[in-house]
Amino acid sequence: MMRDIAISDRQQEQRIFSTRVLLSLCIVLGLTSVVLYRYFDLQINRHLDYVTNSNKNRIHIRSIAPTRGLIFDRHGQLLADNRPAFTLNIIPDRTQNTDSLVAQLGLLLSISDKDIARFEKHAKRSKGFAPVPLKYNLTEEERAILAVNSHLLAGTEVSAQLMRFYPQRELLTHTLGYVGRINDREIRTIDPENYRGTDFIGKIGLEKYYEETLLGKVGTEQVETDARGRVMRVLDKKDPVSGSNLTIHIDSQLQRVALDALKNERGALVAIDVKTGGILSMVSTPSYDPNLFTSGISQKQYDGLLKSPDRPLFNRALRGQYPPGSTVKPLFGLIGLQHKIFDLDYSINDPGYFFMEGIKRPWRDHNADQGGHGQGVDLAEAIIESCDVFFYTTGVKAGIDLLSKESALFGLGDITGIDLPGEKRGIMPSRDWKKENRRQDWFNGDTINMSIGQGFMLTTPLQLAVMSARIAARGKTVVPKLLKSINGEEIEPVYAPDQIEYDDRYWDYIHKAMIDVVHSDRGTARGISKGLNYKLAGKTGTAQVISIHEKEKYDSSKIDKRKWDHALFVAFAPADNPKVALGLIVENGEHGSRTAAPIARKVIDRYLSDYLQKSPNNDALRLAKYSSASIKDN
Amino acid sequence: MYKYDFVRQLDTKGGDRRQNVLHIDFTLLIILLVLCMTGLFVLYSASEQSLYYVKRQATFMMTGFTGMLIVAQFPVRFWERWAALFYGSALLALIAVLFFGVEAKGATRWLNLGFTRFQPSEIAKIAVPMMVSAYLSRRLIPPKLKHVAGALLIVGIPVLLIIRQPDLGTSILVFTSGFFVLFLAGLRKRYLAGAFFATLAAVPLLWIYVMRDYQKQRVLTLLSPEDDKFGAGWNIIQSTTAIGSGGFSGKGWTEGTQSQLNFLPESHTDFIIAVLAEEFGLLGVIGLCSIYLLLVGYCMIVAINAQSQFARLMAGSISLTFFIYMFVNMSMVSGLLPVVGVPLPLVSYGGSAIVTLFFGFGILMAISSEPKRIGA
Repeated sequence: MMRDIAISDRQQEQRIFSTRVLLSLCIVLGLTSVVLYRYFDLQINRHLDYVTNSNKNRIHIRSIAPTRGLIFDRHGQLLADNRPAFTLNIIPDRTQNTDSLVAQLGLLLSISDKDIARFEKHAKRSKGFAPVPLKYNLTEEERAILAVNSHLLAGTEVSAQLMRFYPQRELLTHTLGYVGRINDREIRTIDPENYRGTDFIGKIGLEKYYEETLLGKVGTEQVETDARGRVMRVLDKKDPVSGSNLTIHIDSQLQRVALDALKNERGALVAIDVKTGGILSMVSTPSYDPNLFTSGISQKQYDGLLKSPDRPLFNRALRGQYPPGSTVKPLFGLIGLQHKIFDLDYSINDPGYFFMEGIKRPWRDHNADQGGHGQGVDLAEAIIESCDVFFYTTGVKAGIDLLSKESALFGLGDITGIDLPGEKRGIMPSRDWKKENRRQDWFNGDTINMSIGQGFMLTTPLQLAVMSARIAARGKTVVPKLLKSINGEEIEPVYAPDQIEYDDRYWDYIHKAMIDVVHSDRGTARGISKGLNYKLAGKTGTAQVISIHEKEKYDSSKIDKRKWDHALFVAFAPADNPKVALGLIVENGEHGSRTAAPIARKVIDRYLSDYLQKSPNNDALRLAKYSSASIKDN
Repeated sequence: MYKYDFVRQLDTKGGDRRQNVLHIDFTLLIILLVLCMTGLFVLYSASEQSLYYVKRQATFMMTGFTGMLIVAQFPVRFWERWAALFYGSALLALIAVLFFGVEAKGATRWLNLGFTRFQPSEIAKIAVPMMVSAYLSRRLIPPKLKHVAGALLIVGIPVLLIIRQPDLGTSILVFTSGFFVLFLAGLRKRYLAGAFFATLAAVPLLWIYVMRDYQKQRVLTLLSPEDDKFGAGWNIIQSTTAIGSGGFSGKGWTEGTQSQLNFLPESHTDFIIAVLAEEFGLLGVIGLCSIYLLLVGYCMIVAINAQSQFARLMAGSISLTFFIYMFVNMSMVSGLLPVVGVPLPLVSYGGSAIVTLFFGFGILMAISSEPKRIGA
């Protein structure tokens, strides 16, 4: 009996247990199916999504910055170079305590608070494995100190990258410009793709104008990284394309002569190759070292440049707008002749004053105190001696409309189209201009003021150079250009149709008058004629900075030097076969003849002596070719 | 007194005797060997191809195998008789953890014995089902309410102690191992339903009073991993990416980019299934599941053929708990369940879990190699 109960218990136990095990098995299979379905869903249905995710995790595109193009002068002198610059980095992951490491480095090198602040800002954003820059532009000495102490400085690294360097320093700053770190405003305008990996961009000058050409094309590298972002291997690589090398027309030796001549002045000089329009020299003084800007200028240095009363940052050659003064007299004379306002025999009587009908106030001649230029002043004399009354008289006759329209053909009142950013237009006034800008009608008095390059008229030194080049080339449209060749390939000169067709007699006449400004006994620039072995044609100018009341006399000793007249000079040479033309201004230089003309002489001397030494054979050869060609044609 | 001792004597056949001498179940042994080899193979790849972990894991496994064979030599009766003592020791050790435990990663789970450290909660994984089995095997079946309550008390005390450590994963495993005994012992359906609804009701209570912030975070993360891509969601995003990118046949052994490039966290421990899924694809996952199911199924057969109620309950609980390991791990790594620290049995790296598992299989082997009785 006992056993029966026991057995039935045992059977019941086993029955219940077996049922429960079977039930469990069903649950096990059910749950396994759920899990397997989940894996099936992930691995089969959504496989492609996850492949994409997994590739996004590991594959990254890194940019390789292209090497920026170099800039050379016409003789192959390097003007803008790339040099390795060394940066001290800290890799947070490999340091125990970043702060104490920075403090330790501070004992070895000078590390400014600004460096530390920038480092901390970068460190916050960076992943721990990536180097964070602490100090840029390590000197050789600093690198040596770091190398010697490297065993104490775990987690530091010195990296090299190419940095723009201007070996000629202040020589050509305003023309070359410089590169600097891309700022927040520029980031919005640049093509983000091509600037990946590049920190610098041309800020001003040629560096800005030819930014695209100099930059090159960014390269890419497809890399596989691990979860911490370390690169495990390179999957694919597209090399960057270096920027193009530029050769410019500038002659850096000539530039040096011009810069030295203007060194102690505030002024500007532009010299143009009359044949090609190539800019041989372009100076604005005072200048400064552009390398300050590439490496990050200190606030103090920047303030010094910005607040200096001499305004070194200002590119006077391109953006300085000055009254041209008497330097426009040959042009206005030429216009008058060509348009039959007067003829070659025309002359006036200059008592030292000019009276306009209906206006009480007389216009003074600059030598009114000596009683004027006297009887029978013709155009040549008016140019040679710079007689104002002649131009007052003929200017009113010619009228504003003619002068304005014709002067524009010589490049005044508009941008010249030089390959530099930020060029100023100057002002070549007209009736419309005055109405628009002054809300007034044009008066004859305005024409009189303008006829000697004063009044509303403003020109840039570049425009003066272009004007004298077009006069020198007898009306050929000389277009100023800096770029000579790209990667050694000469670029096509800009085609500009010639718009000026003046009578040869008048060209001869004006050229002769300008030669006599320098070479005759009465010429205003006769002071520079001594020892000239070529014909130099020029015209002096003096531009008033403040207006002097009719009864007062300009007396430099009584006024502040910064209010002294500007001295100007335009020139071309050799006069019989012009090769170079220039325009220059010396701020507050008082007299074109005494201050500006000698500088022009120095520059032209230098250029022609080089030219005559270096290329007589070439010229002879060219001449020979030309004659043989003409013979064949005949 | 054991009523059937004499019957068993009569029943023993010559053919069985040879097997019984050493108490080795070769079927079980071979399945376990295959599983361990598979595990080592995957571990090599998951641990960045370092032999260090593989060697250590192999050592744990050899220790485990030895332990299993030793445990198998004890008669099942021995464990039944000493279950209370075993359970009591486990409880004491768990209480000791409260006072003398060693803290690691914000949880206090270890006891330092001077020569070695061990995790008392691992012992509980065996001691709790053993105690419940011993308790219920001497009671009427299906268990009455007061016995159910008694069994729940036996389970509840260690589970609460383990939750306190805190160790959610282990406490779930301990609870289920005890609960399976009740279930297999024929817990009435109305109690089952009651337990089900009680669990549902307990969820908000657990959420408010028991679960820690990081545990709640894991649940929330499961629901929307993208909310915190680089924080709490990282693990699950990376593991599902690894699994999904493996596709049907995988990227190849040691070729899984998610695991080899360290995107996958814990790749050699809790998340090792993602390495297998990435490198061997769905085929690999199905293959591994097949081995697991084979093992679980075989263990169930052993349980059905067991000679005593204690042995049945114990064997059944061991096999189901083993399955729960696998199920919870595979679910949490694939984003079906929140991440609780449950390793993939015999594949994930880790000594404690291996030793415990082999202890269980040792008892199972003892049960399977017991001589059969007439009429069983």
